[in-house]
Amino acid sequence: MSIRLRLDKPWRPLAAPEIARLPGQLGVYQIADATGTILFIGQAGARSTFGLRSELQRELAERGAGCQFRVEVNMQYRSRWFELLMVHKADHGALPPDNARNPPPNLGRLSPSSSSPPRRGEAG
Amino acid sequence: MDFEPNSEQQMLIDQVRRYVREEIIPLEAKLDPDASELAPEDHARLVEKTKAMGLFGIDIPKEFGGPDIDIVTRTLLAIEMAQHRAGLYVPCYGTFGGAGLAQIFEANDDQKERYLYPTLRGEKKAFFGLTEPSGGSDPARAIQTKAERKDNGWVLNGAKIFISNADRAQYGIVFARTDASKGRAGITCFIVDSDTPGFHVRRVVHTLRSSHYATELEFKDCWVSDHQVLGEVNKGFAVANDRLTRQRIPYAAGCIGVAIAAHEMAIEWAKIRTTFGEKLANRQAVQWMLVDNEIDIRTARHFTLEAAEKARQGVPFRTEAAIAKLTASEGGGRVVDRAMQIHGGMGMTKDLPLERWYREMRIRRVGEGPSEVQRMVIAREILGSSLR
Ligand SMILES: Cc1cc2nc3c(=O)[nH]c(=O)nc-3n(C[C@H](O)[C@H](O)[C@H](O)COP(=O)(O)OP(=O)(O)OC[C@H]3O[C@@H](n4cnc5c(N)ncnc54)[C@H](O)[C@@H]3O)c2cc1C
Repeated sequence: MSIRLRLDKPWRPLAAPEIARLPGQLGVYQIADATGTILFIGQAGARSTFGLRSELQRELAERGAGCQFRVEVNMQYRSRWFELLMVHKADHGALPPDNARNPPPNLGRLSPSSSSPPRRGEAG
Repeated sequence: MDFEPNSEQQMLIDQVRRYVREEIIPLEAKLDPDASELAPEDHARLVEKTKAMGLFGIDIPKEFGGPDIDIVTRTLLAIEMAQHRAGLYVPCYGTFGGAGLAQIFEANDDQKERYLYPTLRGEKKAFFGLTEPSGGSDPARAIQTKAERKDNGWVLNGAKIFISNADRAQYGIVFARTDASKGRAGITCFIVDSDTPGFHVRRVVHTLRSSHYATELEFKDCWVSDHQVLGEVNKGFAVANDRLTRQRIPYAAGCIGVAIAAHEMAIEWAKIRTTFGEKLANRQAVQWMLVDNEIDIRTARHFTLEAAEKARQGVPFRTEAAIAKLTASEGGGRVVDRAMQIHGGMGMTKDLPLERWYREMRIRRVGEGPSEVQRMVIAREILGSSLR
């Protein structure tokens, strides 16, 4: 199985029972408001105590109820995180608002094309 | 040949070693284990330090404003600079400056003003665009990106893959076919600005190396003027070959640096870890792993310094550079692997740098010419001229 360029899994409510089901693995995640507008793209790196679960617990504590999230388990969380940020910028013209407040230094730029071939193993 | 550092070299080695231990490693301890950048303010502060040390732009020739340090000394220093977690691909987080593979010293005066000097001052970054989906080991045959003549310039169409850092670069050197009938004599090297219409960085190519990642490029009717030709039309293959051969020496040095760091960790651990009532260091099985590490490191160091010495003398060093790259990347991989074994479960964790080195060192047997291609280069020399 291979990863898609954009994270397009269904949103889940940012709530304690949902987060408790998350793996302690490393990866990337997105936070959206109730309408599905992406507010933040984050990474659960190797310094997160329980990976994605710890990061989403922290997000819930900071943001409170009303948001949504989705995750992707990925050991290559650094390059995937940069990729998601660049794709978002290419698609929307700007970083998600909570990333824009503290953007990573030297973020590159991508121009992903809708016609670009899918990655090997990627369905459609 | 005696490759023991002289007193001047030893002084520089000690200086860089102190810098790595006192400046780089403490900052690195606070970063994500896969990070390849320092905070901008730390980077700027450390660049001032390397400038004060007289070592900024270490791979830049004196006539272009670099410090006057010969290639053997540079190799000894490159071995030191790699001895930290990110050291294989981002030695000292780039605080010593330099141009990497984009050393466009054959550029004309106008290109030097627009590209070379800003790069050497650290104002511009470049990528090296050789490999294509059709292959990287044999670029002379594999390159399919075409450049066709149009309006006092060239229109590029095609794709490149595995191109490191193209998403962050301001320009790149790109190899394209300008004469389909001529094989390696039909390739030209172009300097392409990243904001040229028709130039696209399509995606990140995720590999074992999670930072300092590779990208995939597309050229779609990308027009560049004649002023963007680096060197001469149809002579681009020599530019690529020259870069790759020269780059093999610092490439090997990086592998040796990481191998030394891993080996030192393994020795320390073997001296303190006890199993079955005995220190690991007292077990012959472990001693032999450490001995094999020592031999791999010394072998790679010898061949890499031999290649550097030939380069310093200005005599051909293609075979020596291939031997250096081969022994350092393969030996370095074995050393890191043994160091992980000696560390047991701890060796597999992201708490230690070993797992990052293990992943990144694996790329070194493929990047910049796979081991098989290095052996091919060496075999050509052996078979072409009988053994001494
Ligand atoms: C992380 C990463 C970063 C990279 N960065 C860059 C970059 O910045 N710029 C750039 O231009 N390229 C870059 N590369 C590409 C790299 O140089 C190529 O992957 C490499 O040259 C091999 O080319 P290939 O992958 O097309 O393999 P191929 O050429 O298809 O070869 C596949 C395998 O065949 C074997 N082989 C090849 N030739 C022979 C032979 N004659 N005899 C026996 N066996 C043989 C080797 O085992 C080889 O690994 C990068 C690659 C990686 C993984």
